[in-house]
Amino acid sequence: MNRTALVFLILTGGLIFSLFAGLLLGPAEIAISQIPEFLLHPLISDTASHTTSASPWQSSVLWDIRLPRLIVGALAGSCLAICGAVMQGMFRNPLASPSILGVSSGASLGAVIAIYLGLASVSVWALPLFAFIGAGLTLFLIYRISSQRGHAVIGTLLLAGVAMAAFNSALSSLILALSLDSWGVGQMIIYWTMGGLDGRTWDHVFLILPPALLGISLLLLFSRPLDALLLGETHASSVGVDVARTRLYLLLITSCLVGAAISVCGGVSFIGLVVPHIMRLVLGPHHRYLLPASALGGALCLVSADLFLRTLSPEQAIPLGVVTAAFGAPFFLFLLVRKRWSMSL
Amino acid sequence: MIKSPLSCQNLSFDYPQQRVLDNISIDCFPEQFIGLIGPNGAGKSTLLKLLLGLLEPTSGKVQLNEKPLEDFARREIAQHISLVPQDLAIDYAFTVQEIVAMGRNPYLGAYQSESQQDQQIIEQALLRTDLSDLGERKADQLSGGERQRVFIARALAQQASILLLDEPTASLDLCHQFDLMTLIRNLTNENHLSIAAIHDLQLASRFCDRLILLYQGTIVADGSPAEVICEENLYRYFNIEAKITQDASIEGLRIDVLRSTGV
Repeated sequence: MNRTALVFLILTGGLIFSLFAGLLLGPAEIAISQIPEFLLHPLISDTASHTTSASPWQSSVLWDIRLPRLIVGALAGSCLAICGAVMQGMFRNPLASPSILGVSSGASLGAVIAIYLGLASVSVWALPLFAFIGAGLTLFLIYRISSQRGHAVIGTLLLAGVAMAAFNSALSSLILALSLDSWGVGQMIIYWTMGGLDGRTWDHVFLILPPALLGISLLLLFSRPLDALLLGETHASSVGVDVARTRLYLLLITSCLVGAAISVCGGVSFIGLVVPHIMRLVLGPHHRYLLPASALGGALCLVSADLFLRTLSPEQAIPLGVVTAAFGAPFFLFLLVRKRWSMSL
Repeated sequence: MIKSPLSCQNLSFDYPQQRVLDNISIDCFPEQFIGLIGPNGAGKSTLLKLLLGLLEPTSGKVQLNEKPLEDFARREIAQHISLVPQDLAIDYAFTVQEIVAMGRNPYLGAYQSESQQDQQIIEQALLRTDLSDLGERKADQLSGGERQRVFIARALAQQASILLLDEPTASLDLCHQFDLMTLIRNLTNENHLSIAAIHDLQLASRFCDRLILLYQGTIVADGSPAEVICEENLYRYFNIEAKITQDASIEGLRIDVLRSTGV
């Protein structure tokens, strides 16, 4: 078996295992053997509820708490990681990640505003909607600032992104400071910006599922142009890639995905930066493998991180963003050191 | 009358507050190996980019097969014109074979992988450029000469009838310069049109059958090597005093620089 197939097998196996573990683990004890029964319960209950032994509360723990949480985590992780892989390729820059263009912080700002205005507790759709608007506005602004005659200048785009990220974060902090008077709102904002999957429902699943599936399949269409772009714009153009248009499409799709991911899981950091790097290290630079592997790896990482903190402290909620950054950052440093050794610097 | 596969009429290009090319008109024909020569900053690279449609002219037009270049999609242009760029840095661990395979991009759909026929074309291109043994080698571990050949092979895999080259011999030693120019010459004889921006006048005079001398954005001479490379032109446009002799043993010109007259 070749290396690529092995990597995909491990990623898929790992993801299935972690999803299964996610169903199994939690304060409510449910045995492995009962999982299929409880999972199927709502589907067959109309006709056979009197014959099955499943108690409704166990079935509802699986269906209403654990399953949506797992699906939301897996999809958000996929979106963040594949966007990181695309951005690193598109900008030929290993530092690129969903946060570099300010899109993440734009989404966060939108969400923070929704919480501050009290809209988030009125409707479950308010926060995601505001997050989308924040991400979209940020992207629109930096694209307008950095493009001349329809061509985005990469250096300006990245700088504008960094500036917008700082601006968005400053506004978020300001709103947080203003809301500290009312303890509930302040706490909600803080927890949200640190990321988490607590209390995710099927509404969140339906919110992220369409953009995630559509966006990820669209991004996979860009494997070839992204490969060509790694060798430079002139090279890409000369093998038939319309660079300006490709870049615009990629920016639009990635912002939608980042907006969607952030709106359902909050400020989860490092997945978009670290996962694509690990995949590139084991699979090489080819986007036809790198993009799907990053999507799988991102899902695996986020679901495992969530699983880890649920087992570690089921009572006291440690924010998900803390776990991803606390593991992601040292691992990333380890990779950097290893790379330096292997290049014998 | 023979159709011109690539031509430009009254082409001008400005950077802000600076005219780079002024009123350039060229007709090119199949089996011509055209050398663009001229001192640094004459506009050679800019002209190549305009011919490939990478830059938009301020005025004038480029025509591909006698149709305006802007009527073609990027993919269609790539099926007709290939470029061997000057900046050849490869920072990513693609193999030689993979880079050459990118030449098939203009013919493949997004989810389509290379067919048997594409594979054969890629192998042919590797064979032609003497790279068959290096197919699995990582391109970031190649020497300058090998890398240059990889991009020529990629251009061959693209099966475009027009080949544009930006300083193809710039980073090569004498032996590789000679081999590369021979390769381009042979390709041109197989119904290709090659246009190369080139600094080495001796190589240009030997391998090209037409030279276009650019100076400060305009064409100051266009003709056979013997017509274009004369002592007067070298003095006037390259600021050198030189002695030029026809050398039968190398079927080209010998240029002995006597002194520089300064810029």
